[in-house]
Amino acid sequence: MNLACQSCKKNPATVHLTDISPDGEKTERHLCDKCAVEEGVAAKPQVHMPVNEILSGLVIQKAAIQQLAELTCPKCKTTFVDFRNNGLLGCGCDYDAFEKALLPLIERAHEGASHHIGKVPRRLSTPRTAEADLIRLRAELGRAVTDEQYEKAARLRDQIRTLEDQ
Amino acid sequence: MIINDIAGHTGEWLRGTGPMSDIVISSRIRLARNLSGYPFLTKATDAQKEELAARLRGQIDGAATGGQWTYVEMSRIDELDQLVLVERHLISRQHADPRGSRGVAIARNEAVSVMVNEEDHLRIQVLRSGLLLDEIWEEINRIDDRIEEKVDYAFHPRYGYLTACPTNVGTGIRVSVMLHLPALKLTGEIERVFRSAKDMRLAVRGLFGEGTEATGDFFQISNQVTLGRTEEEIINDFKHQVIPRIIDYEHRARKTLVQERAIALDDRVWRSYGALKFARTISSEETMLHLSHLRMGIHLGRIRQVDMKTINELFLLTQPGHLQKLHGGKLTGEQRSSARADLIRKRLEQQA
Repeated sequence: MNLACQSCKKNPATVHLTDISPDGEKTERHLCDKCAVEEGVAAKPQVHMPVNEILSGLVIQKAAIQQLAELTCPKCKTTFVDFRNNGLLGCGCDYDAFEKALLPLIERAHEGASHHIGKVPRRLSTPRTAEADLIRLRAELGRAVTDEQYEKAARLRDQIRTLEDQ
Repeated sequence: MIINDIAGHTGEWLRGTGPMSDIVISSRIRLARNLSGYPFLTKATDAQKEELAARLRGQIDGAATGGQWTYVEMSRIDELDQLVLVERHLISRQHADPRGSRGVAIARNEAVSVMVNEEDHLRIQVLRSGLLLDEIWEEINRIDDRIEEKVDYAFHPRYGYLTACPTNVGTGIRVSVMLHLPALKLTGEIERVFRSAKDMRLAVRGLFGEGTEATGDFFQISNQVTLGRTEEEIINDFKHQVIPRIIDYEHRARKTLVQERAIALDDRVWRSYGALKFARTISSEETMLHLSHLRMGIHLGRIRQVDMKTINELFLLTQPGHLQKLHGGKLTGEQRSSARADLIRKRLEQQA
């Protein structure tokens, strides 16, 4: 049984999406690989590249890079160009100062991930902080998805959104 | 000096014990950490680096591991001693540099080491012989907690533990397992292992870590993704998926060799024994190849003239740094090859 992609109506659908809204309403979508990537519901398949290749890949987008190159960390004065040249950041604040340029790079290096869900230093987790809770909830969400517990995943997702908005 | 004491024997990772030690040489976990309030090392001034080293040295001393810490300052030891530490996997090659207030704290018979002022302020490492990832994680997690009691780590609510290179950000964890895969190499199936490792976003390196080619029969497999997964998930992947699968392939390849190519196998093992026993000059590379064949031969019961302890010792003692350290000074390449052959002959004669 081959379902056609709901978007292009040509290719067989390979990505099957069940979305659960905050009020528990389910909607199903069926897309082919290509349309799923285009609509941003699936990550582009990619092979791992060391940081230098990722960086040189970025150079190609010249117009954008011009603007990104001018990014400078207010604290350690490292510029994005410095980082591009030696692959190392100058201080922890660079992660925020260069966010726009750095985030795509981080996502490419970590299979699309952009949030830490692992260990949290004790001084953040005792007493409990919203930051630590968010990290824990994101980890639980990941596990729920792996275990295919989608209703639980939807509940966790909504909890995360609420916390993020606070 | 501690380095004179350690150079004559093997450290933790070459004990040749632990689960799956016929194939798994060693398991290692390292955590990259930086202190908040200081720039990363590319931007730290000399004074800041000194301050960091002094502070961290004090904190590490307080992080009890059930043993005494020894702290080695890179500026206080010569190149040869630095090389010995690199060969024992206690420091990285980049860390063997007298500049930048670099140091390493070593504890528990070299199972634990903490590099100070490497690429990150702290690189904590726990290394054990055989496949022991859970034990290692438990220990390194505890050491990390103890250090964190006294210092503020650079931690970001979104990105987690911040590292100088964004490829380590998040957990800052690198899990590495060193494998001995001579049969897969002989049957040519090793390429398949490499391909599937790459598909799983794992890096494959040679015996001496980053920057070394995966030559010979020894391969180090490590994770590359450090963000968006928990430490336990990363470790469990190795424990339940990656490593058991490779071990199974290697066991099957070894079985095939024994059943279908026994003569060729024995020929290789015994030729290697002969070469090591009688050579008068031998390179490091050739030594590794023969030691690898002997290691496999011993595990498959094809040779009993030499034991595993001797093989493990020779792996380390025939490395250029150790060889020169044992000799008591620098040697040219040619002199090393001859000293290496002498050392191996002597050890093997003691066995016979």
